[in-house]
Amino acid sequence: MRKKVKTFRPTAFAFPYLTVTIVFVIVPLLLILVYAFRGADGSFTLNHFKDVFGKGYFSKIIDTVGIAAVSTVICLLIAYPVAFILASSPFNKMAIFALLFIIPMWINFMLRIFALNSLLGIIGIKEGYMAAVIGMVYDFFPYMLLPIYTVLLNMDKSYLEASKDLGANSFKTFTKITLPLSLPGVISGISMMFMPIFSSYAITDTMGGAETSVIGANIATLFDGNADNYGLGSALSFVLLLIVLVVVFLSTSLSGRSAKVKKVGKVS
Amino acid sequence: MSLFGKNKSIKNDKTHDIQPTAVSSKKNDNIIEIKNITKVFDGETVLDNLSLGIKRGQFVTLLGPSGCGKTTLLRLIAGFETPTSGEIYIEGVPITAVPPFKRPVNTVFQKYALFPHLNVFKNVAFGLKLKKIADSNAKNGFRKYTKAEIEQKVNKALKLVGLEDYGHRDVNSLSGGQQQRVAIARAIVCEPKVLLLDEPLGALDLKMRKEMQIELKRMHEELGITFIFVTHDQEEALTMSDVVVVMNDGVVQQTALPKKIYDEPSNAFVADFIGESNILSGIMKQDYLISFLGKSLECVDKGFEKNEKIDVVIRPEDIKIRNGFGKGHFDGEVLSTVFKGTYYEMEVAVDGYEFTVQSQKEFVKGSEVSLEIKPDSIHIMKKMLTINKHIGKIAGENLVSFCGGEFEIPTAGFEQGDEVIVYVPFTAITLTDDESDGVIGANITQSVYKGEYYQVQIFTDSDDDFYIDTADEWDMDDRVGVVIDGKQVKLERYDPDKEEVNA
Repeated sequence: MRKKVKTFRPTAFAFPYLTVTIVFVIVPLLLILVYAFRGADGSFTLNHFKDVFGKGYFSKIIDTVGIAAVSTVICLLIAYPVAFILASSPFNKMAIFALLFIIPMWINFMLRIFALNSLLGIIGIKEGYMAAVIGMVYDFFPYMLLPIYTVLLNMDKSYLEASKDLGANSFKTFTKITLPLSLPGVISGISMMFMPIFSSYAITDTMGGAETSVIGANIATLFDGNADNYGLGSALSFVLLLIVLVVVFLSTSLSGRSAKVKKVGKVS
Repeated sequence: MSLFGKNKSIKNDKTHDIQPTAVSSKKNDNIIEIKNITKVFDGETVLDNLSLGIKRGQFVTLLGPSGCGKTTLLRLIAGFETPTSGEIYIEGVPITAVPPFKRPVNTVFQKYALFPHLNVFKNVAFGLKLKKIADSNAKNGFRKYTKAEIEQKVNKALKLVGLEDYGHRDVNSLSGGQQQRVAIARAIVCEPKVLLLDEPLGALDLKMRKEMQIELKRMHEELGITFIFVTHDQEEALTMSDVVVVMNDGVVQQTALPKKIYDEPSNAFVADFIGESNILSGIMKQDYLISFLGKSLECVDKGFEKNEKIDVVIRPEDIKIRNGFGKGHFDGEVLSTVFKGTYYEMEVAVDGYEFTVQSQKEFVKGSEVSLEIKPDSIHIMKKMLTINKHIGKIAGENLVSFCGGEFEIPTAGFEQGDEVIVYVPFTAITLTDDESDGVIGANITQSVYKGEYYQVQIFTDSDDDFYIDTADEWDMDDRVGVVIDGKQVKLERYDPDKEEVNA
């Protein structure tokens, strides 16, 4: 006699998240897609994309890539040495130091931006490109620090000992062993900063002055009540999405190459 | 080696000189000289005033249980740790101030530590690319290896470990045994004077381990350099080494040829650690006559004091077992029998002791047997200590303070504040299950069955050692309380100028 056994499938746990994803991610994305190719009369059109490349929006995208790249590089150059120092003994025994750099993440982001803005004003840095970059670096610093710090902290110290044993001094050990083995952390730090900057217009609006802004600001303007240009806004968002997808693809294939590194690091 | 002569002349009676062998019998040809090394980690003494000489070209094994300090000693030689005090010389040159990358030694790490981002060839070539070699034609007398030289050396090293065609392979795709070989190739390609191996076979399965043991022996013969091999596996140590250094508690227990370690262990710890043993307490009646378990037996040792207390070691395979009573030295009953592949192992109860006996023949549980022990099977060891000796202070009337506690001991003839030497016999100490029932707390560090009683070694919270004879068996690392019967304790006035006490 066969009886159907009711089994609980662990996949059921995924349903709440799936629902949220469908309602707030998939459907809006489809809407963007529809608006991007839909003329005022409801017919199919490519005019919005013509506008994207014609009305100066594309150079705005290039500017945004520029400010994102500059901020990310500066942040990386600051965060790596900090992570390195924090992960090396004797500091790694005192989690409090790492905590000091993470605590700002617990304060609301807008609050931090306003506070930083007035602070910069006091020391005489006016709103503009430089202030915006400082804002970005400050705001995304923990996101850059944490993955690098984690990778460095979990790195098997025997690699460093082996390197020194084989004749490499501290500098050579860093360039030949530590740096390459910490790349997965660096890549995830970069991807956690570079892409969100595209749409971080709150920072440029507050600190960038009149001439500095990111493409996210333009999109927001297009969607608000006065402009009411959903078509162009969607097309811009669509182009932005493509750029982000390309970056994601590149970084995953890069860290995919170093994923093996991570695996072995865990095993030993 | 004139420098060596100099170092050697420093008076040091604690140096464990390695026995001369066929390989090298020159007295002063020590490639590594370890002098009075002490290493303290977070207040815990891992190595305790250890001295050791290692002869050029030998395969030396540091053997001991985990936590005995053997790996720390290896890391001190490699340069990953600095000693708290003492000095290490390589070819007569003090090296404790020399960073690891400048030392003429290379290490094979316990878990290989192969660089995961480099392939096999690049892993092996890592050290060569950094190496500077003397060249009179070069600008400052040094040059780097050329690409062709590196390729030739790497291929030669890979061939030696049997991985000729693996250069392009990703290290992550190799099996444990192959990774092990790459690690060895990476170390020996740098042509070190001493190769350090930190439990390199621990992660391999049994069959692979046996293979690698033979391989390592072969490499040692082919290369002719000194190998220092760390292991906790006594069989591995006895099979592979020219010389075995047995360590425990940060101290060298015995340094000798493998056969000698096995046949003539210098103390109960070594005997117990190196293979299965029957260890009993006995008395040396006179030369060639020993008494234990109420019987007098012939033996081959002499030179002890009359009636000196000694430890007796008898290997299970050296005891002759026969059916029926009255055919040997001891009569007993078989308590258990276990088949071990090529032999049977029996526990035989005699009056006052349980012997472990190995035989090709099976003797079933419950059978009556006789045990015979031949004179040359009886190994005799001096007792390390016959009494516990510590420095204390009179803390009040009938109260002596030592080893972190105040004990009730008759103090007639002394005044408060006097410094005294406290002699505590092994039988005067009682251990309590509950730590709070004792005057001081301690951990069990060793427990050896001696027939009728166990000899237990404890390590107190004040970092002192005690030996105790007790009828109870205690487990290693158990927490216990220590109670001392004051009536059995003797006090003696302590004069720091005259006396040297191992407190």
